[in-house]
Amino acid sequence: MSTTPEVHATPRLARHFRLQWEEVQQRHVLLYPEGMVTLNASAAEILKRCDGTRDVPAIVAELEEAFDRRPLDTDVRAFLDIARRQGWIAA
Amino acid sequence: MSATPPGPPLWLLAELTYRCPLHCTFCYNPVEFASIEHELGTDDWLRVLREGRALGAVQCGFSGGEPMLRDDLEVLVAEARRLGYYTNLLTSGVGLNEKRIAALKDAGLDHIQLSFQDSSKELNDFLSSTRTFDLKQRVATLIKQHGYPMVLNVVIHRLNIDHIDRIIAMAVDLGAEYLELANSQYYSWAQLNREHLIPSREQLARAETVTNHWREKVGDAIRILYVVPDYYEQRPKKCMNGWGNVFLTVTPDGTALPCHTARMLPGMAFPNVRDMDLASIWNVSEGFNRFRGDAWMKEPCRSCPEKEQDLGGCRCQAWMLAGDAAAADPVCAKSPQHDVVERIVAQAQVPFDARPPAQPLVFRTAKASRELGTAVPPAA
Ligand code: SF4
Ligand code: SF4
Repeated sequence: MSTTPEVHATPRLARHFRLQWEEVQQRHVLLYPEGMVTLNASAAEILKRCDGTRDVPAIVAELEEAFDRRPLDTDVRAFLDIARRQGWIAA
Repeated sequence: MSATPPGPPLWLLAELTYRCPLHCTFCYNPVEFASIEHELGTDDWLRVLREGRALGAVQCGFSGGEPMLRDDLEVLVAEARRLGYYTNLLTSGVGLNEKRIAALKDAGLDHIQLSFQDSSKELNDFLSSTRTFDLKQRVATLIKQHGYPMVLNVVIHRLNIDHIDRIIAMAVDLGAEYLELANSQYYSWAQLNREHLIPSREQLARAETVTNHWREKVGDAIRILYVVPDYYEQRPKKCMNGWGNVFLTVTPDGTALPCHTARMLPGMAFPNVRDMDLASIWNVSEGFNRFRGDAWMKEPCRSCPEKEQDLGGCRCQAWMLAGDAAAADPVCAKSPQHDVVERIVAQAQVPFDARPPAQPLVFRTAKASRELGTAVPPAA
């Protein structure tokens, strides 16, 4: 599949997208020109780590560590696939 | 009024001024703009930005008129960005020179939407009644050079719709990330010019084919939004995504509106930010609650199974075409006044040769504004 990430991909938010916590909504949102995506907690935790320095296994390991739940590999990859297709993240 | 309190406004639209060097025939500013004076000062706008953010607004649009005419724009953008808004500038490009575009970048501006009237210099300059085409090209280049995402906005209508292929090619060449090709909606100046602007069914079908062709060709490189006039639909649009639901517009003189054209509605008292804080305006003012939810509806909307989908359509359109702001939007095939829309659409199928327009094209100028005043919307 063309959307399958490279083995060594280090995902980062797409240019012009901004992730931030919204106090009034009590959740994270992703902002882009004239638009907004509201995120649930796990989506936000994954996207927070998409900063272009961590590869996918590193993101997975961090989340497993932080939330003491494993394995998370399949879930994280499935979400990253969606995010990539939506154009929220690059690489 | 609905029983549940309203959610936060997600969008704050700051219409900084009605002044504009252009004279677009489809301008969405009120026809009587020239008589609306007393623009808000910098301090008032700074307060509006803070109150809006505290209410939960997260997208902020600076528009007009031409917002570049405000020399405090950089100050406002900087504060908006500091408060955590995603900041959008909607401009014709006039006044956006190298120095200011850099200053806006420093202030934290996130995105610029640049409008063109056409892909040809002749029609762009004719429709805006200014020589601005070359300038807009230069501004588009500047926007890219300074690393902004760029939305190109080209209002589509009968006079430029056949150029859609070249319009899209231009947007691709200029490197726009998004291209908005929305047909003009018939409010304000576009309502006065409606018979000149409404395309035929054949034109619309051609334009759609061309657009889809481009979408296949360029893929995700540029996202193209194409919107047909709602007069061609059988159901109305969910106008503004619901009255007082998502959008809060503050107009140049401080009047707060659920939609920038709502000022036309008769017997409505809209609050002013000089007299009331934004939270009271949004949550409790009569103007913002008048058409919230669906309790205000009449038949056929009241008992309609689809009412949650479109909330009865647009209140301004109901007023303009049915003479009653609480009626079903006459775009709806279930509206008793739907024949009004059908007649307008039928007329649009006849070429101008066979029906010279009754009125000449009116350009948005201060002079025309004063002459036309608050003219009652033309009977359809
Ligand atoms: S539509 Fe044209 S005339 Fe009206 S505010 Fe925009 S650029 Fe100015
Ligand atoms: S009757 Fe009213 S609520 Fe029903 S579809 Fe038409 S406009 Fe919408």
